This record gives sequence, C-alpha cells and structure tokens, in this order.
Amino acid sequence: MELFTQLLTAAVASGTPLLFVTLGGIFIEKAGIIQLGAEGLMLMGAVTAAGVYLATSSLPVTLLAVLLVGGLLGLLHAFLTVTLRANQIVSGLALTLFGGGLSAYLGKAITGIPLSGAVPKFDFGVLGQVDLFTLSSLALVVVLQIAFFHTSFGLHLKAVGDNPATADVMGIRVQGMRYFAVIAGSMLMGLGGANLLMVFSPTWIEGMTTGRGWIAIALVIFARWNPLGALAACWFFGFLDTLGFRLQLAGSTVPPYFLKMLPYLLTIAVLILVGWRTQHRMSRAPQALGIPYIREQRF
Amino acid sequence: MDGLPAVEFHNLVKQFGTVLASDHVNLSLAKGEIHALLGENGAGKSTVMCMLSGVYRPTSGEIRMNGTAVKIHSPKDAAKLGIGMVFQNFRLVQTLTAAENVVLGDSSPFWRTRRWMERKTREIEALALRVGLPFAAGRPVARLSVGEQQRVEIVKCLYRGNSVLILDEPTSVLTPAEADQLFATLRKLKSEGKTIILTTHKLKEVMAVADRISVMRKGQMLATLDRAQTSEREIARLMVGQDRSPPKTRVPREPGEPLLIMDKVTVVSDRGRHALDEVSLTLNTGEIVGIAGVAGNGQKELAEVLAGLHVWKSGTITFREFRWKGPSVRGSIKQGIAHVPEDRMISGLAGGLGSVDNLLVKSYHSDERANLGFLRTALNRLWSQGLVEQFDVRTAHLDAPVKQMSGGNQQKLLFAREIHQRPHLLIAVHPSQGLDVGATDAVHNLLLGLRAEGRSVLLISEDLDELLLLADRIVVLFAGRVMGEMTHERADREQLGMMMAGVT
Repeated sequence: MELFTQLLTAAVASGTPLLFVTLGGIFIEKAGIIQLGAEGLMLMGAVTAAGVYLATSSLPVTLLAVLLVGGLLGLLHAFLTVTLRANQIVSGLALTLFGGGLSAYLGKAITGIPLSGAVPKFDFGVLGQVDLFTLSSLALVVVLQIAFFHTSFGLHLKAVGDNPATADVMGIRVQGMRYFAVIAGSMLMGLGGANLLMVFSPTWIEGMTTGRGWIAIALVIFARWNPLGALAACWFFGFLDTLGFRLQLAGSTVPPYFLKMLPYLLTIAVLILVGWRTQHRMSRAPQALGIPYIREQRF
Repeated sequence: MDGLPAVEFHNLVKQFGTVLASDHVNLSLAKGEIHALLGENGAGKSTVMCMLSGVYRPTSGEIRMNGTAVKIHSPKDAAKLGIGMVFQNFRLVQTLTAAENVVLGDSSPFWRTRRWMERKTREIEALALRVGLPFAAGRPVARLSVGEQQRVEIVKCLYRGNSVLILDEPTSVLTPAEADQLFATLRKLKSEGKTIILTTHKLKEVMAVADRISVMRKGQMLATLDRAQTSEREIARLMVGQDRSPPKTRVPREPGEPLLIMDKVTVVSDRGRHALDEVSLTLNTGEIVGIAGVAGNGQKELAEVLAGLHVWKSGTITFREFRWKGPSVRGSIKQGIAHVPEDRMISGLAGGLGSVDNLLVKSYHSDERANLGFLRTALNRLWSQGLVEQFDVRTAHLDAPVKQMSGGNQQKLLFAREIHQRPHLLIAVHPSQGLDVGATDAVHNLLLGLRAEGRSVLLISEDLDELLLLADRIVVLFAGRVMGEMTHERADREQLGMMMAGVT
C-alpha cells in the first residue's frame, strides 16, 4: 500500500511539469498555431528559475521572471507565425534550438548548484504533501476546462482555430486571439520547465528536460485538446516514468536503458491505439492548425 | 414600397487595376422587396454585393441607407448597419453546432452554462421554424446537409436582426423542393419588411420570386425591370447582349451496345460510410445518362471510381467487355474514359500553369507529344494553339496562368483536354456549375456533339433543367443507392425532386 502511495506521489510529481507544457500546447493549438518550441521554452524556464532564485531567493520574483521569459519567447513565435506568417514548424524548431543553446550558455555558472525548499508544500493528510506547482496545475485544469467549453472566449478561440475566415467575418479578432493564445501558452510551457527544476530535479543541468517538451506535444494529441484529458495523459505518463525508475531501484534485472525507454515506447503504442480507433472519425484537431490566416480583401 | 429606399447605390465605382468591375452603378432597393440581380459571370454582380457587405471598398460613389450616406469598410460595419450576407461558400465553423455558429461573435454573456446553451438552441430552433427554415440547432454543422447549412446562415442573419439580406446564388445547392421552401421564406420575410437582394443564373426562379430585376453587363447597370412587365426572353437578351442562340437540338437516337456495366458496386467513403451501396448501372454507347441527386449522396464517389481514383469494396465493373481488377487512373485513361471533375481549379486544372501545360498533363508521355522522354515543345505549342482555337478558349496568351481566365474559358479548356481524343466515355461532374448562359450553352453543345458521334456521357448534375435537356435517362442517387430511373420522354420534374429527397 505504501509503495503504491509512493508510486502515485512520484507519478504526479513527474507528470505535473508535463501538464503545464501540455496545457500550454493545447491553448496554442486551439488557436490554430503549432508550437514546437516546447522543449526550448522548458529549458529557458528552468534556467531562468534556477538563476533568479539563486540570486534573489524569492519565489514570486522567480515565477514572474519565468512568465516574462516564456511570454517574450511566445511573443517572438507569435510575431513570426501570425504577423509575418512564417512557417510554424520552422519557427518552433528554431525556438527549441535557440532555447537549448541559450539556456546552456546562461546556465554555465549555476550548473550543479542545488536549490532546496524553494517551493512551499501543503499538508493534505492522507494525500500527503502537495506542492504549490501541483496545486496550481490542478486549478489551471479546471480554469481552462471552463474557459474552453463554457465561455464566449472558448467558443471564439475554437472558431479562430477551426475556421479563421468565418471568425473574422463574425467580428472576432483573429490575430489578437492568436497572439494571446501563443503568449499565454508559451508562458505555461516556461512554467513547466521551472516546475521541473524547482520540484522534480532541483539542480540545473544542461539539457535537463531530456525530451519532455516533445512528449508534451504528443500528449496534446493524446489528450485530444482537452484539459481534463491532459491531466489523465500527463499523470499516466508520469506513472510510466516513475515505474521504470522504481523497477530499476528494486534491483530488476531488466536493463535500465530499456526501462528508460519504456514510457516513450508506450507513448507510441498509445498513439497508434488512439489513431487506430479513431481513424474513421472526424479528427478533433483544430482544422486550421498550422495554416496562416490571410484576410481575403482587395482594396 | 413607399418612403425612402432601404438601400441606394449612387454612382458606385469599383476599379481593380485597369478593370472597372463596377462602372457608375445606380440601384435602389425598396423596403420589403425581393430584388434579383442578374448578369453573366464577370458582369459585376458579386462586386456590387461585396461592396454592400463590406468585403470590398468602393473606389468612388456612395451607398445610402434610408436616405443617409453610410460608410461600409468591413463586414463588421455592414453588420452594424443590419446588412447580412449569405455567401455561396458558407461562413460556418463546421465543428461547432448550428446554434454555436449563430451566436458566434457575441461576447456576452461571458459565462455559458449548459443550460444557457440549451435555451439558446431552443430559441434558435423556434426562430428557424417560424420563418419556415427548420434545422437541428444542437447538431454540429458538419453533420447538416448543405441545404440545412444554408438555413443556418440565413437564420444567423435574422438572429442578428439584419434588415437587409444578401443571398449569393442561394439555390445552386438546393433541391427543387428546398428551393421552393426558401422562396416561401423569402416572401414571408419580405412581408415582414426585410429587404432581400439575390443573384442567380436561373431565370425561372427570378420570375417566380423577384419583385424587381436588375440586369448588369460588363460592370454596368443596364436596366431595372418590374417582374410583371418583363419576360424571361427580354431578360436573357439583356444579359447576353443579343438573342440567345438555341442549343443544338437533341436528336432522338437508339442507344447502342452496353459500354459500361456496374454490378452491385459498393464504395466506402473516406469517412467510413457506404458512399455507394450496391449500385448497378448500365451505360450504352451513344447515350447521355444523367445522375441526379443532392451533393453528398454518392455522386462524387461514383465519378471517382470510374476515373480510377477510388477503390470499391465489392461488386464488378465491366468496361468494353473488360472486367476491372482495381482502380487505376492511367488504366481508365487508356481505356478511353475522360473525366471533367467537379472542382475544376482543384483537380481539373493547375491554376498557376498556362494553357499548353494544362493541355499536356494527360498526354505528355505519349509518343506524339514527347520523344524519348523529351517534350516536343514547338509541336506541342502548335497543337495547343489548334485546340484553343477549336474549342474557342479565350485567353490572353497560351502561357498565361489559367486561373486568370474566366470560369467558362477554364471549363472549355478542360473539355478540350478531355474530349479532343474522342473518349468512349466522358464523366462530366457539374459541368456548367458557375458558368454563364453563353458558356453553359457551349458546354451543352459539346456534350450533345459527343452523343451524336456515338460516344457516351455520364452527366452528374444537380441542375434538373440541364439533366432534362440533355440526358437520355436520368438515374437518381440518394444516400448511395439508386432511387429510380426515368427516360427522357417520361421524365417528370416533381417526381425527380421527390426521389432526390429520398421519397419514392
């Protein structure tokens, strides 16, 4: 029983950074923009968190700095893809490479210095201790679920991502909505990186996200662009991640590399399964995903 | 029809480059009238409509509403003035429900509980029912028929309280029964004081529904006529600028040997449904067989299977006594099957290429057109020049991108490529869709010409007049099944309409 609780706690701890990134990805893709810069944004979020916290020891300042960095990089992506209508894939990949390189450079001085006790934890009795990030991720799931499906904002966001030309005729500000979604979603991606650093493995190391940004992009599809789905998907993935780690600790004879591979392998398996079952159904993906919007007007 | 006109165009000019798309157009729309705007393609109808709906900004001139000049710089401005437009290609978000589409753009209330949405859905359904255009408002638009989607568009305008409705070719996607229902609704809205302006190619409809008729040609407004004081003939003459040359007469002739035999062919569509469900169909030589039906009832798949573009699940297809094993585009072409697809600028022609390249795409590999893999360029130009002249394609230059040509000339070019080699079978899908009267006549004459030479045509069309004019037999498809068949002599418009709606 205790092992089970431990496993669950660890699964949530591993899944929460992914949850922030996945929710950010859902937000951006709902507006019809692909953000492949998740990995770079996570790394920039993590290195910002490490640097600012080591310098100021203030959690609010650190979080503000992380949001600012994520937002600025999001603004860059939005400017490139929405205003200049650059290729979204290329812009995202550039952001990943840029974030990876810049974070490695900025983090040189603080590599290997541990942060401890940065994030407050709250005691929930039987459920054990829950940290601030986990709590806010849960709140975020609820907020986004309501915002996407029970507000006029959510309806407009979906219209912008599915059929921007119609949204435009109906008086919705397509470019504005896209900017907002890309910036807000990128902030969440940065926050995911900060979460990874401050709670999950509290020491900055170059490339410490090890592909989690990419996994989150796959989880967006797996979650079918639904915040509650994202919660389930991320915790499930966190569980697989933890399982491999625990089996390794328990002295399993299975090679550790295989166990490390397991969650990624299962992700592929799940994607195949989901794709197989839904191949004849209408895709839930935003229909204008990846397509820049140009207003048809001749003056 | 008293008081100030609801909408007035005063010397409205719209210039695109050197072309005057609208040349000092004057027009006034009375409150509570149905006004039809007629003209051939490129006559300037849509330009005028788009200026009223805020898509285009006039170069000069002014628009007045109820006597005061207004500035319409965007669709939003138009909406604020109570002007709503139903576009030919609907502005609907397919993934949202009909009700969600209707309320789209409203920011308040911000919170939308399930109860609120249900209440709105019922409200919208009630409104739709009241005006006689019912639809299931809780359903995603993607699952509504094209006719129902148009209803959503109209109700969207009414929900917003628009007093001026613009309808661009509203009946081009409707069955005859649906069109009648739409007209009934338009009359009702008229009696409530709405101003309705619509375009159409179909003179019969104009005479049935419009109070006044305005005819445009080459950007100029020629005349505004009272329906009671004019005739179809007068309008047609105004539109074309001359008396219409009657199409070739259709000489009765005995059909020949069976050319194509489809036996219980079942096709699964891309969405996994049975698009064709055990369809059996025989086509004889020298025969035009018309396929009637509302879009989405299997016509597209039927054409694609025969053109070698789509697999079929079961059943047999025999063409010229040769039983097909599987789909092959090259195979279909080699056996003498030509295909004029529905979306000519998507799968018919390459818009960015010139006439020569577009004519070559089906025969570039033949020995006549290429030598050891190298195109015979000079010869091909001459050959193209010949075809362009023979089929009366008007183009600025042989290498001018075909997307710059008018729809009628594009279609003539497409026909030139498809039928110059005298195919055994031509599959023509909506061949006259979007064409003006002159180009439609040209297309009809080409089809009758093929028939006279003993070639066969499978004519897929939603236009009953076209089918009644040309086809030896009309087969009605509904939900992928053959609903029935009628010969040219026995064909009855009403009964065909019933079959198209799935009633036997």
